[in-house]
Amino acid sequence: MATLKINGAPREVDASPDMPLLWALRDVAGLVGTKYGCGVGLCGACTVHVNGKAERSCMLTVGDVAEAEITTIEGLHPTGDHRVQAAWRELNVPQCGFCQAGQIMTASALLAENPKPSDEEILEAMAGNVCRCGCYQRITAAVRLASTGS
Amino acid sequence: MLHFMNMVREAAAPLARDFTVAKLSRRAFLGGTAAFAVGAFASRSEAFPRWPTGGESMPHGLVEDPLVFVSIDADGTVTLVAHRSEMGTGSRTSIPMVMADEMEADWSRVKIVQAEGDEPKYGNQDTDGSRSMRHHIQMARKIGGSVRHMMREAAAKEWGVPASEVKVEMHAAHHGGKSLDFGALAAKAMAEPVPAHEAIAYKSEAEFRYIGKGNVQITDLHDITTGKAVYGADVSLPGMKFAVVARPPVVGGKVKSFDATAALAVPGVESVHELPGSIPPAKFAPLGGIAVVASNTWAAIRGRDALVIEWEDGPHGGYDSAAYMAEMEATAAEPGVPLRKQGDVEAAFASAAKVISHTYTQDHMAHAPMEPPVALANVTADGCEIWAPVQSPYAVRTDTAEALGLDPAKVTVHVTLLGGGFGRKSKGDFVTEAAWISKAVGAPVRVQWTREDDIRHAFYHTTSAERISAAVDAGGKVTGWRHNSVAPSILTTFAPDGGHQFFIETGMGLIDMPFDIPNVLAENGKAMAHTRIGWFRAVSNIPRAWAIGSFVSELAAELGKDDLTMWMELIGAPRVVDPKAEGYPDDWWNYGEPAGSFPVDTGKLATVLKAAADGIGYGRSLPAGEGIGLAVHRSFVSYVACAAHVKVVDGKITVPEMHLAIDCGFAANPERIGSQMEGAAVMGMTAALHSSITYEKGRVVQSNFTDYDVVRSDNYPLNVVTHIIPHGFGDHSTGVGEPGVPPVAPAIANGLFHATGQRKRKMPFTLEA
Ligand code: FES
Ligand code: FES
Repeated sequence: MATLKINGAPREVDASPDMPLLWALRDVAGLVGTKYGCGVGLCGACTVHVNGKAERSCMLTVGDVAEAEITTIEGLHPTGDHRVQAAWRELNVPQCGFCQAGQIMTASALLAENPKPSDEEILEAMAGNVCRCGCYQRITAAVRLASTGS
Repeated sequence: MLHFMNMVREAAAPLARDFTVAKLSRRAFLGGTAAFAVGAFASRSEAFPRWPTGGESMPHGLVEDPLVFVSIDADGTVTLVAHRSEMGTGSRTSIPMVMADEMEADWSRVKIVQAEGDEPKYGNQDTDGSRSMRHHIQMARKIGGSVRHMMREAAAKEWGVPASEVKVEMHAAHHGGKSLDFGALAAKAMAEPVPAHEAIAYKSEAEFRYIGKGNVQITDLHDITTGKAVYGADVSLPGMKFAVVARPPVVGGKVKSFDATAALAVPGVESVHELPGSIPPAKFAPLGGIAVVASNTWAAIRGRDALVIEWEDGPHGGYDSAAYMAEMEATAAEPGVPLRKQGDVEAAFASAAKVISHTYTQDHMAHAPMEPPVALANVTADGCEIWAPVQSPYAVRTDTAEALGLDPAKVTVHVTLLGGGFGRKSKGDFVTEAAWISKAVGAPVRVQWTREDDIRHAFYHTTSAERISAAVDAGGKVTGWRHNSVAPSILTTFAPDGGHQFFIETGMGLIDMPFDIPNVLAENGKAMAHTRIGWFRAVSNIPRAWAIGSFVSELAAELGKDDLTMWMELIGAPRVVDPKAEGYPDDWWNYGEPAGSFPVDTGKLATVLKAAADGIGYGRSLPAGEGIGLAVHRSFVSYVACAAHVKVVDGKITVPEMHLAIDCGFAANPERIGSQMEGAAVMGMTAALHSSITYEKGRVVQSNFTDYDVVRSDNYPLNVVTHIIPHGFGDHSTGVGEPGVPPVAPAIANGLFHATGQRKRKMPFTLEA
């Protein structure tokens, strides 16, 4: 049993310290907005914020984040109206949508750290998030929109 | 049985239902005054002359009963049933959107619910073949129009006025100064008789609010952006167990012996079960292996890692894809089984001033949808309930029933959102696994495929060698064309392997080759399958467009022409190509569509090619290391051209700009057509540069995005511009999900040739230093 700080509140999670955070979130805490896509840190579907930074939850264990503030897509904004989420809706970004929680978590962490990224910085920051449907063009535009308002 | 085998039946007489202009009843005309202020007569059923599609002959056909698809609450909420699976193409938005528009429902008061797998009730649900809009736009209009008609009748009775004086607009009926909301009319309207097509005063195109506009958000947008959208792995049941399966590394292999001691010692692991396997042709039966059941996914994965299994490889343990490729290339150079023989090819080649021949190959591909296969099954004494991301929910229902020995009436299939499909999730092997394991443990079970499972146990896109030869006369005109296609067939998943492709595969750009060349021979050389071959978004059109598209550019270079001129010369004057009249002895597939409604129209090929070329500014001069490539292909009865600006940057192939021009008939939802073209650009570039599944000793070499990478944000077609050729509703809507993919890879390869002089004939390809 571990206590994790998830989306601003402490939560008892019945998981051993070596369980990947991804599976603790999904299977134990029931927070299924965070997705499994590869399990090896190469697709970004499982991205969450750990102390405000975008991290691959499949590459962290419960023990690694015992002290940390964890934010998942469910906790990004109380009404789901983070400017990144709003920009995603404005541009009708998703196709299947499966990668999008991870994309949004990476993008929101990027903008928190670098509010006005250049296009190159956007492309580089988002390169760890695969979208097999191929929404990259709109994802880039949505990050730009969330950043600059246009 | 899936649509696939039905297509075999359907194609027996595809031309029997050729398009004839629908006979319109005069009654519709004389029935009353216009329902709309605009276009008094335009809004009769003349606004919607129906045309035949292959939809009627799909299993369970089309259902257009509004009472099946529409319910309206007293508060006016209109609930529409989405009966096609949503895997990213937008069908869960676009088909209901058509219903809502024709109904005059306010989209903001529409709710969408997903149908269970139930084709006798909803009609065909196989979400594949780029058919959702092409087969369902008419039924969606009919359903919407019926409800609007019923609203009008009910309101007229309510007010005691002639129905013809009642106007139904924006979720309410109106007469004089009075209005009644859909909610107030719902009970009475839905009890009205359902009108015949001819009795419905359809909207004119000018009156469309959503159809053809691209102004609605996708249904699940809010849920997707807030993490609430429900995919296959997101449904939980009380007492649910988590399972992963160790499958035979070779298709047709099986467990010889295993030791689960260490696996059972992993904390959280509860039991292991041996699953029965299969040897192709086994349709979508699971591969078998050992299932590990645990209290969470991670424990199941660790338990599986700890299994000690000795496998028996079976007949395909020797599959070596590199050696196989060499064999296919050799086969392609020999004569194959002739399929289409037009004119006198021998004579054309014998008298040619020049003969040009090249072979183009492609490796296997795995679909790698972002969401790997996953399914939840709960088998109880009462039957089986399933939640899964499946493209063909009714086939999954009947297959599961068969696997469990149950009456299909006892199986329920709930369709979640699909995290991508691309053809993989048409095959329900992963659902059968969940059902078997649930039955074995007596609890609900979620089977999760890991990415490694997904890459190693797909139903793979075929591998191919396509050889094309052209005979050119002294004047530089192409007088003969010979195309030999060699590739293991999808049919081997369904029937004993005869070594040859069947008409659906050969109908994808081989026998329906549209060029204006007098002497044509299309052949098929033999290739036996050594893995499970399945359909992958655009299917055989990918290798066909790759070969033909590259070859045209090679011809241009050989004959000293620019690519656009070469293409236009081969496409020739606008005309309808009927392969049957041009040397193909049988009825041809035409994607299951009546050729009369959906002919091969070379005028459309030329139009989209010109649109893409103009869009990118074809012919402008570019700096060294940059080039523009073109390709155009007809598939799924749509026409797509790709113009790719290729630029080599730091030894990397990049695509700063790409124009895709599509003619898909009437564009029902241009916004989603755009997103499909953008997606096709990315998937096409991934196929061109990355996608390669290879085999050694019968085993797939690749395992994850480590060695089966895809296009990412650091190198994607940066600026994809979609051009949609405008058409009115009468120009039938055609496929959108797949046809964008085929022309992309050859356009990139041709652009690369112009940028660097490097000609690529193997896909995927890389830049030589
Ligand atoms: S699941 Fe964590 S990066 Fe892919
Ligand atoms: S929207 Fe489907 S994977 Fe990104």
